[in-house]
Amino acid sequence: MKSVGSTPSGKPRLTTSAMIASIAAEGQRTRPAPFGHALVELARSREDVLGMTADLGKYTDLHIFAQAFPDRYYQMGMAEQLLFGAASGLAAEGFMPFATTYAVFASRRAYDFIHQTIAEEDRNVKIACALPGLTSGYGPSHQAAEDLALFRAMPNMTVIDPCDAHEIEQIVPAIAAHRGPVYMRLLRGQVPLVLDGYNYRFELGKAALLRDGADILIISSGIMTMRALEAAQSLQDDRVNAAVLHVPTIKPLDTETILREAGKPGRLVVVAENHTVIGGLGEAVAALLMRAGVHPAFRQIGLPDEFLAAGALPTLHDRYGVSTAEVTRQIKEWLR
Amino acid sequence: MGTPTLANAPTLAQRARNIRRNALLMGEVQGQGYIAQALDIADVLAVAYFHAMRFRAEDPAWEGRDRFLLSNGHYAIALYAALIEAGIIPEAELETYGFDESRLPMSGMASYTPGMEMSGGSLGLGLGIAVGMALGLKRKRSASRIFTLFSDGELDEGSKWEAIMSAAHHQLDNLIAIIDVNNQQADGPSKQMLGFEPLVDKLEAFGWFVRRIDGNDLDAVVGAFDAAMAHPEPKPRMIVADTLMGKGVPFLEQREKNHFIRVEPHEWQLALSALNVGEQP
Repeated sequence: MKSVGSTPSGKPRLTTSAMIASIAAEGQRTRPAPFGHALVELARSREDVLGMTADLGKYTDLHIFAQAFPDRYYQMGMAEQLLFGAASGLAAEGFMPFATTYAVFASRRAYDFIHQTIAEEDRNVKIACALPGLTSGYGPSHQAAEDLALFRAMPNMTVIDPCDAHEIEQIVPAIAAHRGPVYMRLLRGQVPLVLDGYNYRFELGKAALLRDGADILIISSGIMTMRALEAAQSLQDDRVNAAVLHVPTIKPLDTETILREAGKPGRLVVVAENHTVIGGLGEAVAALLMRAGVHPAFRQIGLPDEFLAAGALPTLHDRYGVSTAEVTRQIKEWLR
Repeated sequence: MGTPTLANAPTLAQRARNIRRNALLMGEVQGQGYIAQALDIADVLAVAYFHAMRFRAEDPAWEGRDRFLLSNGHYAIALYAALIEAGIIPEAELETYGFDESRLPMSGMASYTPGMEMSGGSLGLGLGIAVGMALGLKRKRSASRIFTLFSDGELDEGSKWEAIMSAAHHQLDNLIAIIDVNNQQADGPSKQMLGFEPLVDKLEAFGWFVRRIDGNDLDAVVGAFDAAMAHPEPKPRMIVADTLMGKGVPFLEQREKNHFIRVEPHEWQLALSALNVGEQP
């Protein structure tokens, strides 16, 4: 985003700066197009890998693959129903298509096509979708606040919400090694680099305790793990020790690790996600705990059940409580 | 194989009559069903399975087979009737149609039935999958072809038009689509729901090779399939088949509301007899 002039309060006035605003903070370490490069790497050793998109190759980092393997790239036009139907057909013939679009178009526009042609027939299609949750200031048309709820509800579907570039690079070969349909949220462009500092390795279906702490357990996925780690750092200054459990695989959920960590007594459990508080990781964890008879104090951080505003991402993340400052503030309030 | 070589092999007319008979017998098991559609499309299915397509009855997943994608899943009863006639499904399973644990559910699903290549049910799915399969066959340099059947009502679905544009864009000359124009959908005549004519002009303008025929005239159907398969240009091929709901059973042909038919118990025998009288080869 860029600032234009200033508001009467003296704060810089932020603009939406198009839908491709980067989620990386200024000065943050990043890596360009991790998905595109990882897919090229994968395709070198697997000839069945294909790339497909619906007029969003450049905006899902698939153009990197298209340049490396032009004859294995299918531009299907701005037609998401066709994109997923055709991906199913190619999978039926033995290929492994990676199909990309924005998360809103896969989850909302093409849901039935993914349900019937891919999931019901258990076809080996990998769906990678940009602009997950609130990562665009473009308004509800481009804000995929419901995608995890929708794809969690779909039988056969594996659902993944990665945190950073380091993780995306590992997810690509991991989901290729898994036979079956996968929906993964995609961070594209200059993608933050966070987890390499935590000796982290992605494992499909596994949660990872990134840091331990006695006062609070933050269970998080996607970019909210980055926020949780930053919040934990800042809470430390107030002598609050926060553990952070990263859960990149939303389905199937790593119930064992979540129950083990949430079952440790005396900690407030907070689930943080870049998704509506309805039907995502928070409610999945809540249901798991209830079914298992584990009853810690429990709070949710997530997007409200409303159509979100258009605007600059930092403004919106603050307004809807998912910025690092807001995550920290809410936790402090709950601990008072 | 699809093309019988024996001198005493059944004629296409006999095949079509057997497909109609199988569908009526399954309809009788449930007392109801999409019978009128099965009767109208039986001639097209007879030509597809016993004149045009390559398949192995004992190995329905044989890699070299031609694929048949039933987009309109509610026509499953018609395709089961053809798959039984083709020997892919044992005739004994006819009795199980629509019952619990049957491989023959009311709506066609790939996960249930040998010879079913896709799961339909919601409409407008088939042609998109067909595009992907046709692209996949080309990648594999396979000589197999995709045949796909859908109904005129499915033209209401926007996804059909996405796929129609795509198949022409990708020059899918290994794709042969058949539209069953019986002018009947759930709420009434298709043309009154959402007008789709002039169909041939539209499809040709979209870059397809098109043949429009009387879909209940066996010679015309054979001619259209032959023309579609032999056409030299790198275009997808469409056979527009105008058909008559209930074809072959006069009292069903004359029913006004025949999208989903309930037949009284005594009428099934009448229908089967009408078939034998009306369609002696």
